[in-house]
Parts: sequence; structure tokens; C-alpha cells
Amino acid sequence: MTITEKILAKHADRAHVSAGENIWIDVDVLMTHDVCGPPTIGIFKKQFGHGARVWDPKKVVIIPDHYIFTSDIHARRNIQVLRDFAKEQNLAHFYDPGTDTYKGVCHVALAEEGFNLPGSVLFGTDSHTCTSGAFGMFGTGIGNTDAAFVMGTGKLWVKVPETMKFIVEGERPAYIMAKDIILKIIADIGVDGATYRAMEFDGEGILSMNMEERMTLCNMVIEAGGKNGIIQADETTIAYVKERTDRPFEIYENDSDANFASIHIYQAPKLEPMVARPYLPSNGVAAASLNDVRLDQCYIGSCTGGKITDFMAAARILKDQQVKVKTAIVPATQIVNQKFDTETVDGKTLREIFTEAGAEIGEPSCAACLGGPVDTFGRLNSNEICISTTNRNFHGRMGSKQSQTYLASPFTVAASALTGHITDPREYLNAD
Amino acid sequence: MNQIISGKAYVLGNDIDTDQIIPAEYLVYNMDDPKERRLYGLYALSGVPEEKAGLPKGHIPFIPENEETSPYSIVIGGKNFGCGSSREHAPAALDIAGVQVVIALSYARIFYRNAVDGGFLIPYECADDLTQEIETGDELVVKQEINLLSNTTRGKSYALKPMGEVAGIVQNGGLFEYAKQNNLMNMDSRNE
Repeated sequence: MTITEKILAKHADRAHVSAGENIWIDVDVLMTHDVCGPPTIGIFKKQFGHGARVWDPKKVVIIPDHYIFTSDIHARRNIQVLRDFAKEQNLAHFYDPGTDTYKGVCHVALAEEGFNLPGSVLFGTDSHTCTSGAFGMFGTGIGNTDAAFVMGTGKLWVKVPETMKFIVEGERPAYIMAKDIILKIIADIGVDGATYRAMEFDGEGILSMNMEERMTLCNMVIEAGGKNGIIQADETTIAYVKERTDRPFEIYENDSDANFASIHIYQAPKLEPMVARPYLPSNGVAAASLNDVRLDQCYIGSCTGGKITDFMAAARILKDQQVKVKTAIVPATQIVNQKFDTETVDGKTLREIFTEAGAEIGEPSCAACLGGPVDTFGRLNSNEICISTTNRNFHGRMGSKQSQTYLASPFTVAASALTGHITDPREYLNAD
Repeated sequence: MNQIISGKAYVLGNDIDTDQIIPAEYLVYNMDDPKERRLYGLYALSGVPEEKAGLPKGHIPFIPENEETSPYSIVIGGKNFGCGSSREHAPAALDIAGVQVVIALSYARIFYRNAVDGGFLIPYECADDLTQEIETGDELVVKQEINLLSNTTRGKSYALKPMGEVAGIVQNGGLFEYAKQNNLMNMDSRNE
């Protein structure tokens, strides 16, 4: 069996499962946020009764993150619904925007708070729940009805996916980030190239990455239609997990005779900085070929590109320089935000570097990655052309239907901010 | 569940993502409030660029001006219908707007799952690329029992792929209905 098959078999209490089988599995964590939580709760109460209790108040994790810093009354109402539910159900894990416990972007918070445990099963009412697969666990996105079902029973049906294996061999060049790799892969296989399948990442080019880069890789599995991403847990994973929790975990490996649907091999030294043109994440081309694209905005943030690793990368380029276009910087979580004052590049804090460069820093949340209410920080409200570290560039994704979004790594977005047009980051990165 | 579904076709292209189906800014309304719920129908497919709305001609609004529901109850799509975000609001919005059936070359899995488990609409697959065969406004008939689609405007018929493994859930109208029917919900100890 593959790693994914083993995790699912364990949670179905079966010795063996095969790809293609429909099975019922036990769930370790159900995560929801402010956009999908309230409708999920509505269905839960309708189906299980208004006095119903969740299957396990320690396993329902509520992380508001989407529409937080807005005056939109309906968005704020959603947060109150979550507040009331968390209190009523005595939930152990609710991160209230009105308080010090607020975290920010759910997928990053799940990692920070030690909910990503190798060998576990996590469902989230968000398509980027596949991010968690970076920890050698099964994480995937579901809708409100499925989540309500889990809320009441702690179980859900899944179809066991086949696994596609992606191996990146060799040493990654210093200017190549996880974002470049996943954009290249999606360009090669298409937005439905991995539909119903697990995407497993392996090879020196992958395992040399830290956990945050591995998260970025798995984060965009959904953009190829993938069911879940998976990277076998190793010393890097164990170290990250143990720093944050002493909850138990289990590491699975592929059997030597495990079957893979397909195997794709990349040579890391041959990779180039990539940019996905509008309007599909699969429209990846070399950043160097888009020099003529003038920009109105640069955006660095989201679960894909708003972690501290992403900002350290951007800071290396932005240090002692001035941006030529509006540059929005959105730390994914409060912890990332706080690190802006403690992490440094050549003695300057990230916050100093970004502010001196002329960038604007927003509050930790999903912010403009998906547009959101019209007063959202960084939202595109007209026909702006934006390059961002986010995950989707569909029509109107970041706001107005007239706007355009190009997707790229933090290095590429930072370099582009300095020139005002799409720029290959090698122009700004010397061999350090 | 009806055995025969007939209605007008609304034709879209490939990779219709859930931001097109229901833009993110609208995901704040309460589904259980009748006044707010209708807004999901009103804004269904409002994210589709005008020139691609209602193929092959385009520039055909899914919801006519001054109306809240659609005259088109059968949506035709190409590959990868419903890709992108997991928002269940997407199949729900189509349902509220009046869509009963979507027929596409292929689906993104979360949208497919949500449509089935939530009982919002029936997501049929067809081996033929119907976006090249059907025009917006064509009168269609779906005969569920024999998995057949007929275009009565053009006098052509197409085989629909059987629902397969999810047929039970579809027949029952959704996951909860299916689960109750098959005793799959351990509810008794949960209620107070």
C-alpha cells in the first residue's frame, strides 16, 4: 500500500484497502472557519437536532480567517455564530478574532498549533486543507454537508485515491522555491491532471525543504484537482511537530511493492522561476518570459505564500530597496506577524525592511487572496494587474472581474515589486 | 426524484470554477434565512465573464434582468466543472437559481461530492463534449431511468454515464437521507 492507503486503512480499521474502494473512516480533526462554519453548523443542527453535541469537542477546531477585518455586517455576524457555537459546545479549540487567541489563516494555524500529526486524518471546510499533507497525514477539503456529518458522527466516506508520485532530484538552486516547483508540475499536468488522486512528493529536491516550503507544495495540490498531497514524514517533520505538541503520531512509508498511478521525475537544477498567467493556475511559464507585463499591485500573503519562510525570502530582495508599485504584505498568522519584529536580514527586522521599502502591511488573515468584502486589504477593485504569492488566478479571484492575477513565488513577487513589471528574481539574488 | 427532467440548456465552457459559480464576496448570506437565501440564486454564475456566459453566442445572462431565478434548469459544462474552492455554496446557488441537472465532461471532485451529498443537483457525466453540440436555450430532456439525454431542439440524443457508486446517495436526495435510510448515523447518544 501507499502512505495514503495505509493512513486510510488504519482509520477504517482495515488491514488493507485498495485504490478505488469507497470506505468509511474515523476522523481525527475537523477544521472549519468563518465562511463555511456557520452553514455547517446550520446543517448539523437541522440534521442532528438543536440540542445535539459534536462527536468530540476536542476534535472540532474552529479557526476564523477569511473575512475578519471588514465592516461587512454579515461577515461579522458569521464570527458571532462561531463564538456562540464554541461556547455552547465547550469547544477546546476556537480562535476568537476579538481576543488574544486569534490566529489567522487556518492551514498555517493548524501547523503552528500542532494539529498536523503524521498518520492522522484531517478534514477541513476549505479546499487548501491539502496543505496538511506536508506532514505525512491525510488532509483534504470537504463541503458543509459532509462537515456537518463529521461533526455529528466523527466519520465520513471516502474513495481511496490512487497516488501520483513526483520526484525532484538533485539540489534546488537558491532562487527556486516550492512555489516554482508546484507551478511547474501543474503546468505539466493541467488543472485536472490529478483529479481524484493523491500527489506524493519525494526526492532530495523536496526533502531538503523545511516544513513551510513543503506546506506550500501540498497547498496547491488542489489546483491540479488532487484529493490530497503527501510527503513522507521525516526528521524535519518530527522536529517541527515535537516543538509544538506532544500528541502522538505515526509515520507511514510506502511499501516497496506499492502501486503508483504515474511517476514524474524532475531535475532540480533545471528548474526556473515560474509565473502562472491568468486565468488558470496551470498557465505557468518562465518568469523571465513575462518581462513586458506591467503591474499595478504586488501581493505577498495567504496560506500559500504568507508564512515566515516566504517573508524571509521577500525581505532578502526588498532590503534597502524601494518598491515601484503598491505592495501589500499580509502575514498569514499572528505568530508570523510577531516574527516581523524578531526575524532579521543583515540586522534589520522584516517589519523595518518592508516599511522602508514602501510596502504596506495588513492584518493576519486570508485578506485579498479570494477578494472578499469590498473593504478587504489588498483587494483588486478595478482592472488592476497583480502578481501574488497566492494560489488561484481565476476570473475575479482577487476581487473585480476586470482584474488579472499572476501567481508566483515570494522571490519573484518581491523582485517584480522593485521594477514594476514581472521580473525573474535572479536579477536580484546574488550567490549568498 | 423525478424520472424525467426537462428544461432549457445553459452552456458554459471548460474549467468553470466555483469563484465563477458564486463569487467569494457573496459567501456571507445566511442559507437558512429565506430573504438572504434567494441572493445565492440571484448571484449564481455572476462570476462568468460576459462573453463566455451562455455559449456559443455568449452575453446571455443566467439570471435575466429583474428576475431572481433562472429559466435554464440544465447546465452544460466541459471538463473540470466546479474546480477551485470547496464552497458548497456553489452547487447550492445553482440549485436555488433553479438548476436541477448539470451535465459535464468531467467534474472537480469537491464540487461533485458537494452536489451529491448535499442533494442540490444531479451531476451527470457525458463522454461527448456537449458544449460543442448544444446551444444555450435548447430544450433538453433527461430520462434518468435509461441515462439518456435528448436535445429536442436539434433532434439528437446522447448517453449519460450511470451515477455508479453514488447512485444510492443521489436517489435518497443526499448524504443524510442516505445515512438515515441505511442506519449509518450514530445519533442517539449525541442528542440531549
